Amino acid sequence: MDASAAKLIGAGLATIALAGVGVGIGNIFGSFVSGALRNPEAAPRVFGNVLLGFALTEAVALFALVIAFMILFVF
Amino acid sequence: MHSPMEQFEIKRLLNLHIGSLDASYTNSALWMTIAVILAFFLFVVGMQKKALVPGRLQSMAELGYEFVAGMVRDNVGNAGKKYFPFVLTLFVFILFCNLLGLVPYAFTPTSHIVVTFAMAAVVFLGVTIIGFVRHGAHFLSLFVPKGVPFVLLLLLVPIEIISYFVRPFSLSIRLFANMLAGHTMLKVFGGFVVMLGIIGGWAPLAFIVVFTGLELLIAFLQAYVFAILTCLYLNDAIHLHH
Repeated sequence: MDASAAKLIGAGLATIALAGVGVGIGNIFGSFVSGALRNPEAAPRVFGNVLLGFALTEAVALFALVIAFMILFVF
Repeated sequence: MHSPMEQFEIKRLLNLHIGSLDASYTNSALWMTIAVILAFFLFVVGMQKKALVPGRLQSMAELGYEFVAGMVRDNVGNAGKKYFPFVLTLFVFILFCNLLGLVPYAFTPTSHIVVTFAMAAVVFLGVTIIGFVRHGAHFLSLFVPKGVPFVLLLLLVPIEIISYFVRPFSLSIRLFANMLAGHTMLKVFGGFVVMLGIIGGWAPLAFIVVFTGLELLIAFLQAYVFAILTCLYLNDAIHLHH
């Protein structure tokens, strides 16, 4: 196989990490909504934590993106 | 058409060489200077009047100050008061760099890992030094979780140590990758608008408008996350997992 073709496949494979991130972000907001429906008064207090969790999870996706970019442009 | 990565290119504006050191004034430095000047303007000019009923500018300055002050108070407690100026500076600088980067033709200094890693390294080294100064060798108990059987400790202590040393990397990569990904995506969809032309170009254009709003949120959120993680690390160093 051509080295450049292998690079493209590798970069594509790196995006598999998005599966886990999708589960994670869905879980964060799903839990937030179900928690907020049970106790609406507490919802604004935890929203900061929700955003923090969202940003931390999203960062995992971006680590995968960095790997994909490294495969494509660095090597 | 230009490549979507071209916006991150660093250009020398003023050539400046000290010996073998390249200290040129680049577009990155220019936008950092603009960010600092705007932040200075917001806080110094905004608070000039010191009115009891604040105007728009003073209100913004007070809100930003209160926001970070509350964050430090909630996460670090009273012992964190000393480090509040540092956290506020970090937050405001990152926020202004991120927001200015959204202006068309602007450069985003925080989309370069050198910039974010320098900040994360300062946070990491500072927190480690604060921990050792406050607790001495007892600071190492940060790596030993409480109430865990000895066999598990053999496994957990290395993990704790690794996760401690990964902190500066995750802190810097998070900010830099968010900025890089967002700006690249906007540019890629901008390319779609040009390629699809006047007939089909409206769909990606609408997406860009929505996504720019999301980017504004992310610009704020990343500054917030950087600042709050700095607070959490400070809290670890000051209170040792309590």
